[in-house]
Amino acid sequence: MHELAIIESVVETVTDRLPDARISCVHLEIGTLSGVVADALRFCFELATEGTGLEGASLEITEQPGRCRCRTCGQDFSPDGPILLCPCGSADAEILAGQELKIASVKVA
Amino acid sequence: MCATCGCSGRARLRLVRAGDTAKAMAEGRQGHAHEFHHEHDHDPVPEAWDSGEHEHDHDHGHTHDRTVLLQQKVLAKNDAIAGNNRAWLRDRGVLAINLMSSPGAGKTTLLERTARELTGNLHISVIEGDQETALDASRISATGASVVQINTGVGCHLDAAMVEQALFALDPPPGSVVVIENVGNLVCPALFDLGEAARIVLASVTEGADKPVKYPHMFRRADLVLVTKTDLLPYVDFDAARHAADVKQLSPDARMIQISATTGEGMTDWYSWLRLSLPAPG
Repeated sequence: MHELAIIESVVETVTDRLPDARISCVHLEIGTLSGVVADALRFCFELATEGTGLEGASLEITEQPGRCRCRTCGQDFSPDGPILLCPCGSADAEILAGQELKIASVKVA
Repeated sequence: MCATCGCSGRARLRLVRAGDTAKAMAEGRQGHAHEFHHEHDHDPVPEAWDSGEHEHDHDHGHTHDRTVLLQQKVLAKNDAIAGNNRAWLRDRGVLAINLMSSPGAGKTTLLERTARELTGNLHISVIEGDQETALDASRISATGASVVQINTGVGCHLDAAMVEQALFALDPPPGSVVVIENVGNLVCPALFDLGEAARIVLASVTEGADKPVKYPHMFRRADLVLVTKTDLLPYVDFDAARHAADVKQLSPDARMIQISATTGEGMTDWYSWLRLSLPAPG
């Protein structure tokens, strides 16, 4: 359940950056190839924010779709599922987008 | 609760010297073992921690809240410490490898045989990650290798700060190998950079051939996949060709070696891989 560790890192980072702020909303950007499940993050959020400046804040998650470039045929494609399979049949692909795990912004009350 | 690894308890490190008995380790604080809680405040924080960040205030007329753009990687702090670990290891000419697998795939057994057979040829020290006990450290210690046991409590993976402290305790000599045996888990360790030079995933034939497609994040970033317990192939239903094809799809550049720490199959190839991966003497 590394999503709990991820949310704890979010709380720590926001608290470090805005030590005395009362946060009303946290906006995360999570890539679909990042290995993190958005629903599991939502599940942990309330628990992990208890007693911090983020307590009671809402959590917004924007999921960024995966985007790859095939090293065999050179075409860009959107992977269908976790295996990066190009329509040409090659799985030798570079990930261009979809691995994001980012705190985009917060709202300060 | 620990803010980096999510453990609600304390991650504990114990330095186990070669030859320490299981009894001495069980005694923990009274013996050679040292325990200390890992701290996540690292000062000075590297520049990378702050690079590219900026804040803007936006007023939204319909609300009193103001939006502060952070645009910061969630794992920036872990990654910065991992970067420090990597630079420290590189400067020392030490090869660090992150060994990952499901529980029971044979990580410790492989390391026991490796440490014994390479004694006198290659200095190996080990960082053992487990939720509880120093059982694995005891097994490694019996081979004569230096080992640090990290107990993560409820934490499901090692993080860069834990490894930083373990490296400090181990003090590996130049030209040596540090094997970081991660907590047995095919999910969480995939996300946490420790500062290693290479990532090795063990897949035992007894687990079945479907693990790469079930746990793609773990296999996608593997530099080397060791298919372990091959002495059991006659007795289990393991489609080696399909397994190899799936690994190839996920990680086209990963090397694969079939290995048995019981019969010795593949051990020579594994040792060659280790030697070739050592940094050139500076």
